[in-house]
Amino acid sequence: MKFNGKDIISIKDFTKNEINYILDYAEDMIPYAKGDKFKNILKGKVLSSLFFEPSTRTRLSFESSMNRLGGRVIGFSDPSGTSQKKGESLSDTIRMADSYSDAIVVRHPHEGAARLAAEFSDVPVLNAGDGAGRHPTQCLLDLFTIREEKKKIKNKKIVLLGDLKYGRTVHSLAYALALYGAKLTLVSPTSLKMPNEVVGECKDLGIEPISTSNLEKAIRDADVLYVTRIQKERFPDAEEYNRVVGSYKVNNELLKSAKEDLIIMHPLPRVTEIDPEVDKTHHALYFKQAFNGLPVRMALLSLVIGGRI
Amino acid sequence: MKKELKIPLIKNGTVIDHITAGNAVKVLHILGIPISTSSVISVAINVKSKFGKKDIVKVENREIDPQEVDKIALIAPKATINIIRNYNVAKKHKVELPNEIIGIVCCSNPTCVSNANEPVKSRFNVIEKDPPKIKCYYCEREPEDIADRII
Repeated sequence: MKFNGKDIISIKDFTKNEINYILDYAEDMIPYAKGDKFKNILKGKVLSSLFFEPSTRTRLSFESSMNRLGGRVIGFSDPSGTSQKKGESLSDTIRMADSYSDAIVVRHPHEGAARLAAEFSDVPVLNAGDGAGRHPTQCLLDLFTIREEKKKIKNKKIVLLGDLKYGRTVHSLAYALALYGAKLTLVSPTSLKMPNEVVGECKDLGIEPISTSNLEKAIRDADVLYVTRIQKERFPDAEEYNRVVGSYKVNNELLKSAKEDLIIMHPLPRVTEIDPEVDKTHHALYFKQAFNGLPVRMALLSLVIGGRI
Repeated sequence: MKKELKIPLIKNGTVIDHITAGNAVKVLHILGIPISTSSVISVAINVKSKFGKKDIVKVENREIDPQEVDKIALIAPKATINIIRNYNVAKKHKVELPNEIIGIVCCSNPTCVSNANEPVKSRFNVIEKDPPKIKCYYCEREPEDIADRII
């Protein structure tokens, strides 16, 4: 399977076989991600890390991935120190990064920004989140985590909870889970329901998601509870945000009705939607999930830049 | 009984027939008529036909080019374009949406990168041709109000 030079823009650009290939390779990366093994396969290669929006996990894990594989990183985590402040367009910034590096990771507030970046770049572009749009590497690490924990994804009952309207991770994830034949239940405040386009895509793949507002009932026979934060930064007005913030919370009381082997995932950061008391339970998987970003992104960088462990 | 024409024949120009009933005014808007022309325009709305009701637009002394035909197909997918020369139909073609629409419709998503200050034209993939359904190449949003989004 050929990935050299390929852009990673949307999970929909990949077949199930290609996704499986990436996840298998990510599994091989685990000892390298933990620092137990080391190989300089990206020595001499440079990654541009362009973060026009704040990030902790995605940026650090991409940069750590490049370093772990022997490569170097240039870039910024705050565009206020760049020529964007002077009005430079994204396309011009990408042209520069293209000439300075072997791959570009970009996070940007505009939907479709990574797709546009790929048009202006000869080196591969990896989408680290474009507005409320796509976040394919998060999606891949989520699939990786579910597969690691549950051994398979098909027929697993997965509850997506929270801001399903603006949450970019759940859009990509719902599509990918449908591709794998998972059973989907969607739980959200009425004003933050999953967009019809995404539900339609799941239906096209033969999966009919169930929508409900009854979280307790939804998690009773669930295998995975995927929680998202209500993202204040995506709301067009503060009033709409204030109406829904704090409308759901996962705590130990709620989990009494859950299956013993339910796992709770969250793309992080979390605010109030998961009570810290849940962290100590065996259900909590979100910190391990965050670690999984490393082997998955190491696998991707290795595949698109070239060089295999 | 002799059939009477609702609007007169034209000598030269374009007849757009089989427009979805009620959409003739939007077709005129898409074509930039009457702003862009001094030609005589005849419009018939809700004309009876064997398939129900339709609209007809006749534009004298102007032959519509393919780019404009694409635009019409977005809101009148069954329309036919007849080029009239000396009272005869010189060319006749049925409009058909291409697989991709570039630079014709703007994205309904205000935070789509195609609406930002970038050197790219709007770009949509056509998902369904009749009724038209399009998806933004950049942000994947599917605008519902296509007619209002024509650039």
